[in-house]
Amino acid sequence: MSGTFVGMPAFPEAAHRAVRDPVLRANLRHATHTIRAKRATAVGELSDWVELREAGRRIKDHTLRHLDRYLLRLEESVTAAGGTVHWAADAAEANRIVTRLVKETGESEVVKVKSMATQEIGLNEALEAEGIRAYETDLAELIVQLGRDRPSHILVPAIHRNRGEIRDVFVREMGAWGRPAPAGLTDTPAELAEAARLHLREKFLRAKVGVSGANFMVAETGTLVVVESEGNGRMCLTLPETLISVVGIEKVVPTWRDLEVFLQTLPRSSTAERMNPYTSMWTGTTDGDGPRTFHLVLLDNGRTDTLADRVGRQALACIRCSACLNVCPVYERAGGHAYGSVYPGPIGAILSPQLRGTADEIDASLPFASSLCGACYEVCPVAIDIPEVLVHLRERVVEGGPAVRQGNRVVLKPARGHAAERAAMRAARWAFARPGTLRTGQRLAARTRRLHPRTLPGPGRAWSGTRDLPAVPAEPFRDWWQRTRGGKDGAE
Amino acid sequence: MRVALFLTCVNDTLYPDTGRAVVRLLSRLGVEVDFPSGQTCCGQAHYNTGYRHQAEPLARHFAEVFGGYEAIVTPSGSCGAMVRELYPRLGERASAEGRGDTLARTLSPVVPRTYELTEFLVDVLGVTDVGAYYPHKVTYHPTCHGLRGLGLGDRPRRLLAAVRGLELAELPGAEECCGFGGTFALKNAEVSAAMGADKVRNAESTGAEVLCAADNSCLMHIGGMMSRLRTELRPVHIAEILASTEEEPAA
Repeated sequence: MSGTFVGMPAFPEAAHRAVRDPVLRANLRHATHTIRAKRATAVGELSDWVELREAGRRIKDHTLRHLDRYLLRLEESVTAAGGTVHWAADAAEANRIVTRLVKETGESEVVKVKSMATQEIGLNEALEAEGIRAYETDLAELIVQLGRDRPSHILVPAIHRNRGEIRDVFVREMGAWGRPAPAGLTDTPAELAEAARLHLREKFLRAKVGVSGANFMVAETGTLVVVESEGNGRMCLTLPETLISVVGIEKVVPTWRDLEVFLQTLPRSSTAERMNPYTSMWTGTTDGDGPRTFHLVLLDNGRTDTLADRVGRQALACIRCSACLNVCPVYERAGGHAYGSVYPGPIGAILSPQLRGTADEIDASLPFASSLCGACYEVCPVAIDIPEVLVHLRERVVEGGPAVRQGNRVVLKPARGHAAERAAMRAARWAFARPGTLRTGQRLAARTRRLHPRTLPGPGRAWSGTRDLPAVPAEPFRDWWQRTRGGKDGAE
Repeated sequence: MRVALFLTCVNDTLYPDTGRAVVRLLSRLGVEVDFPSGQTCCGQAHYNTGYRHQAEPLARHFAEVFGGYEAIVTPSGSCGAMVRELYPRLGERASAEGRGDTLARTLSPVVPRTYELTEFLVDVLGVTDVGAYYPHKVTYHPTCHGLRGLGLGDRPRRLLAAVRGLELAELPGAEECCGFGGTFALKNAEVSAAMGADKVRNAESTGAEVLCAADNSCLMHIGGMMSRLRTELRPVHIAEILASTEEEPAA
């Protein structure tokens, strides 16, 4: 189930399973390489991509700097349009609000359009605990929910599954949730899609309550926006009598003019489409059309704390396109589950340790889940310097330092388990500040080179387990230079 | 022209041949090379692992050692990127933390004068044909910090294309990281090794004898992988190819 990630091991151990699973690696490799190539083509079509990227970055930067102002404006606009705004400081509060709102309708089931925010807070589980069943209607989310699985990608939550696995899940599970899979279902995409359509149609026509997230909220008019490919989201947004949207506070944009930029960059970066097939927009309620009641739950859950961090706050500019996942060589090998969060990949590695803090082992390991190759920064449509934030968060883990948690300024202690490394780094810095010490070390290494082991002890074992070490040369360069003055003495 | 060679601690200790090749190559092109013996490490490993404060004294030391030179040349894309991209950030962060602008002022003279080797050859000396001879089939891996940090672009490829006897084979997935990433190779050894193995397989598919790059750290990881996987391929630093001539051929 799209359930809890608590108790996940740290990233290197969590990645172990994916690295050793040839089917999973093949699924991921095929999917990410296909979408990566398509995205490059879709972006290449626009002559003004560089300007669009810069515009998106600036809009987000400006909005985040004045977030308080735009959120109040949004609340005003939504209320004026007939909606009700609720403020949730954390996951528990958001879940309480939504549960209460559903109960007030007297219903015991809801249909959901895919939403990262509701996954982040574990809404489905919270509803279930109160006897309310939440049905995911996005095709990939349906696969994840039926398979009692967890999403592993922002855009393609079931990216780790292939067609055969999906068929098996449908045949085995659909009956327990509603309409069973048709007899003799094969693994052809058209048959699988038809099975999901029949199963979901029953839910859409019955449901009285819909739950959504939103890609954007326009402050000036109070309009919410969901972009999607299947139309299932639009069914959830228009058919129920009550609509409850749970949205992170960073999703606000000031005006429709600002929205225009993202409606160009988001689809091209995510699905490599010029425009996404369904763009649904709603502003409060309208008589005789769509839901009669609309609630907006504005979710903080660590976002204000993140905003207080000068380097780290740029993570809040993310528009959830997933381009960084698709281009990331680490994500491709480790898979999304290894990140222990609904936000996997490079963006997850900087978002989760900020939203949740670095106290947990998995969160503390995430900033290190990158080779800092920079491919994520290069593709990001809002120019988030992910490597910069990764290094910044590494510093927080190994050295501690000032941060804001739940609105309070705190000084974080270094995470446990880095003491030996910290000592080694200090010793290296000490030696490197003294060229004579470095030279002595080099000479010692050169003289003892025949005694060097083929494998390394301690943390170095991880290196020599799969790689051979280079042989230490008989003479370091600086000694050769001193002996020959760069070969000028003819003593080479 | 007189330049300072910033060899990097890794090359100095483990790859002195690369240093000798740079000296031979630049001397052949009429450049006078100096090796300031006070040089040690640029602090990249510290910075990238999260020890920013430990990197600061190393950066200051670098600026003191190299401050007097009009050009500083390094055969390492990643150490070059540390100086050019990240030294300014070290200075900014120190100022933002209320520690004044001293660090920024100390570092600023060396930042624009530091060049990665291929960049120096093409942009400063204005040469792409360095008169090299290397009769081997070679594939080129553009390392991440050279490619995306320094923006080396096609400079290394243009230099290689002008080498007599050299057959250049395009590397599939060339722009993908080899998986080294400094301490990443230790902290996430399994993922790192999986990335390295894919890089070696891609290189093998070209039929080349040699995989070259402008960074010995990446080559140490890729080469360690090649040796373990018992391939016929060899890792060679681009400086050694460019320094190779008919009179003094490189292996």
